[in-house]
Amino acid sequence: MTIEARERRQPWILLSPALTAVVLLLVVPLLFIVVYSFWLRSAAGADTPGFHLDNWQKVLSDRFYRDILLNTLKIAAITTAVCAVMGYPAAYFIARSKGNKLILLVLLMLPFWISYIIRTMSWINILGISGALNSLLLTLGIISEPIQMLYNEVTVILGLVHFLLPFMVLNIYVSLEGIDTNLEDAANSLGATRWQSFLQVTLPLSLPGLAAGGLLCFVLGAGTYITPVILGGPRDAMFANLVFEAIIRQLNWPLGSALSLALLAVLGALVLIYNRYLGMAQLAKGLG
Amino acid sequence: MGRVGNWGWAVIRAYTVLVYLFMFLPVAVVVLLSFNASQFGSFPMTGFSFRWFETLWQNEAIVRAFRTSIALGLMTALVSTTLGVLAALALVRYRVPGRDMITTLLIAPILVPEVVLAVALLLFLNALHINKSFGLLLMGHVIFTLPFVILVVQARLVSIRRDVEEAALSLGATPRQTFFAVTLPLLTPAVAAGALFAFTISFDDITGTLFWKPGGVETVPTQIFSMLRNSISPEINALGTVMIVMTVGLPLIGAGIARHLSNRKGG
Repeated sequence: MTIEARERRQPWILLSPALTAVVLLLVVPLLFIVVYSFWLRSAAGADTPGFHLDNWQKVLSDRFYRDILLNTLKIAAITTAVCAVMGYPAAYFIARSKGNKLILLVLLMLPFWISYIIRTMSWINILGISGALNSLLLTLGIISEPIQMLYNEVTVILGLVHFLLPFMVLNIYVSLEGIDTNLEDAANSLGATRWQSFLQVTLPLSLPGLAAGGLLCFVLGAGTYITPVILGGPRDAMFANLVFEAIIRQLNWPLGSALSLALLAVLGALVLIYNRYLGMAQLAKGLG
Repeated sequence: MGRVGNWGWAVIRAYTVLVYLFMFLPVAVVVLLSFNASQFGSFPMTGFSFRWFETLWQNEAIVRAFRTSIALGLMTALVSTTLGVLAALALVRYRVPGRDMITTLLIAPILVPEVVLAVALLLFLNALHINKSFGLLLMGHVIFTLPFVILVVQARLVSIRRDVEEAALSLGATPRQTFFAVTLPLLTPAVAAGALFAFTISFDDITGTLFWKPGGVETVPTQIFSMLRNSISPEINALGTVMIVMTVGLPLIGAGIARHLSNRKGG
């Protein structure tokens, strides 16, 4: 074999194990559940193969599923907005600070290493009946009975913000860091106030990072299963909880497939729109 | 000095402090309460004690969950890092046609919601008569840690200069010799970073694991999850503290070793 031919083959040899894994463990299984979603569940024994629209009809027309889907998107949207509002100034501070930048960055990475379930349940220690906040309010005499602050939509959003905020801050930071500070100085020297130069120079240039962070927060938030179970009440189920119910509890796999695909379609559409306008490179930057 | 004026800068700083407090205060409370001597996992603290850590150690279910999690994490790290390092090498070192598409495909497991990935893998492998098992868990964990490993290793690889390898080749080393004698040692920090990442993500995972685990098998997160059904006990806080020490402590030690190694080699 010539050296050129070897050079050409080499990357494919290196890539083939990873590509095989992704194709066999992700792409093919996804295609498989597309097929499965048209099967029918049978009362006993194996599910019946075929082409039936029953599951899809149920997913698309049943009010119950639609309401939960809309509620899931609403929660994800609020979460993303809160993350942006909380995250932007913090990211700006980290990007523009001189002395303690390294420590701020290390601290920012820390939550990624702390278990999601621990971070989620930590709010029970703060907001629970015998949590820190209740004990503080009781001690101060502001309340005479502990209040139940947990298990509602607000605490679900709180838990999600707590989980997703580092993704937002990191992505915004990465894009702010890439902006030449001379641009702001130039704007200032041309007579713009600092606020104007921020609004007209820095903010627009950092939008790709904001968008990448927003996409991650939204997609991860809308796909979450654990947070509503731990911090939500009985009425705060999100779409992933429906999927879990169908697959694990009711063992209705055809319906579960259709539900999963509906979630994938909605969130996948967002990813595609993002990819169309901004490309995956920005996202990879923030994740690496 | 800031760029938005002293006053504005002070506001942003205070805001940032609050954001960091929001991120860390609840976790700090978990650690604090795990040393609480009181019967109940809550305030007020009645004293300092290690009793909940002792209870943990004596709880067979928890010890078993730890063993499962560690075994799963190590095997995931091994497989995922091997696949990830090879793929990252190909993407950084060679001109691959359709590179962007391949990259998108390789990071797709992050873009697909974990629940969907979990369902698809479970149903597909079940159709192939592979039931819920440790093997299924391993395959699942490999597939969603792989993108992170590839991204992390890729980022590190870019900084390794290629001319060192070319020098070895021109001095008569075979490509294989070059890889093992030159490339691999230079790669070590990247490989270690990838492996640590894979281990931690696997160790922390819960959503996929809940779908894939066979009945009776628990990892540490699913164990915590099932304990939370009852109520929050000081034992859970202690378990949380142990997990934090493991997942935060390990990477810090790893980073320390990496820095030590690279210092010894002179940068």
